[in-house]
Amino acid sequence: MTVDTYPERARDSAPAASPAAGRGRRRPRRRWGDRLLFAWTWLIIIWLALPIAVMIIFSFNNPHGRFNFTWVGFTLKWYGPHLLDYPSLTTAMENSLLVAFAATVGSVVLGTLVGLALGKYRFRGLGTANLVQFAAISAPDIVLASSLLAFFVTLRVPLGLPTIIVAHIMFCLSFVAVTVRARVLTLDRSLEEAARDLGAGPWATFRLVTLPLIFPGVLAGALLAFAISIDDFVVTSFVSGSTQTFPLWIWSATRNGLPPQVDVLGTLIFVAGLVIAATSALLGRRGTR
Amino acid sequence: MEQQQRDGVATQLPEPAALADKSAGVPEKHLVPVFDAKSVSIFYGSFRAVTDVSLTIYEHEITAFIGSSGSGKSTVLRAFNRMNDLVPTAHMDGEIDYRGISLYGPDVSPVAVRRRIGMVFQKPNPFPKSIYENVAYGPRINGIRKKSHLDEIVESSLQKAALWDEVKNRLGASGLGLSGGQAQRLCIARTIAVEPDVVLMDEPASALDPIATGRIEDLMHELKSQYTIVIVTHNMQQATRVSDRTAFFSVLVNPDSDTRTGVHIEYGPTQRIFENPHDKRTEAYVTGRIG
Repeated sequence: MTVDTYPERARDSAPAASPAAGRGRRRPRRRWGDRLLFAWTWLIIIWLALPIAVMIIFSFNNPHGRFNFTWVGFTLKWYGPHLLDYPSLTTAMENSLLVAFAATVGSVVLGTLVGLALGKYRFRGLGTANLVQFAAISAPDIVLASSLLAFFVTLRVPLGLPTIIVAHIMFCLSFVAVTVRARVLTLDRSLEEAARDLGAGPWATFRLVTLPLIFPGVLAGALLAFAISIDDFVVTSFVSGSTQTFPLWIWSATRNGLPPQVDVLGTLIFVAGLVIAATSALLGRRGTR
Repeated sequence: MEQQQRDGVATQLPEPAALADKSAGVPEKHLVPVFDAKSVSIFYGSFRAVTDVSLTIYEHEITAFIGSSGSGKSTVLRAFNRMNDLVPTAHMDGEIDYRGISLYGPDVSPVAVRRRIGMVFQKPNPFPKSIYENVAYGPRINGIRKKSHLDEIVESSLQKAALWDEVKNRLGASGLGLSGGQAQRLCIARTIAVEPDVVLMDEPASALDPIATGRIEDLMHELKSQYTIVIVTHNMQQATRVSDRTAFFSVLVNPDSDTRTGVHIEYGPTQRIFENPHDKRTEAYVTGRIG
């Protein structure tokens, strides 16, 4: 707004000295810049959203057979009982959901505690502990995957759902810890003291004051953990043994074509994510009001 | 079970009412000591934050702690409700008696202490909850569940804090939406909702404008009849306006380690401290020559 009014004021204060020339050159350029920014913004949005849009559109396609790559006609039938046409896909999806929930719960519990410790206390090794969190986030998945496989094989742990869950908790934990820590750093310590002052013990203080205040961070961490876990391919493929998850099933199915059920499941996950994110945004707004 | 345990410990702290009965026969002017600090030193790790504090705080009086920054006023104040216990490295030498019982005795629970000895903080810090929930929080954790009882406590606490008329129509609104002065009075209401014996105030008006400060000071005068108040303040005029007794703290600089230790210099009736200080350092401070 201030930028908009600036040339007006300049013109009023200096009426004699050829105002038209200065304006004439600047205004169009600014408009061009605005248009370019507008176009660029939409280009980026389309670029980001197009694959998702294609997935959603093709979930309503009615192809013949398993090759869902060309548009044939509109149908809703995959959103009915036909969704379960491939039992192995259904099982893989169930496994993915189970893993994602377990990994979310596990990483939220452990990661919240880590985030609290890193945000609240100063102790020997704090810097190292912080660094380890970011190292775990930035380490390539393939490195984590191969080292986890070596670890499980060395300890003779049978590969399957439990090893997948352990691996997922491991790489989700740091994301939760980092988001919770960021929230803890903004916490006003005197609020906890006020609660203690009113006679609340450590646990009551945590439950009634600390946790509600850091909850947006915990929730953000949980959503992040769920999203990262449900679509993980690299680590899962190393530690899964013969168990299949949704991404593993898709990968092995691509050679024989992707049935529309895959797009439907993808769309459902996407919509569920949107609903959760919107709900948390609404709750967050209500909480701060 | 936690509740029972806390109550069990709480009964070891004497009830102020019981003490009042005992002293019923004595003249009105008789001073009842609430806190008796004896040679108190407080450390953070090996660092001595404040040294050798001995003073007695009396019932239904307002005691002010004055002194420059780093003189340990707040640290001593926080020792009176064991808030320093929450700092892992802090420890205390010496002894503080509360109504004849050692505050740091092995049988005394800090939770029970803090419930009896309330605190108001420098920056108004309402919980991010509604006005009603802010005041009801303390009574709730202390086991009061009945809605009608909570309603009563909320109303009477807000009335005592001189906030009721301003908020009675919006008790459900967030405590964060109040102005600084209102928020601080809400924090006072929250503190007195658990019916404490003593209210400790750590520079309660330093973040407020003069009008809001005036209202807090008026409020302190009103609360004095029911509570014993200890206030830390940077503002000497505030000390003269509100307090009956004043303790002056100063800073000792240790040249070897370049650390500063708070030291208690002088304590007495406010008028005497300001008009006829015994110590040169007190005189220099109250006449504005230092600090």
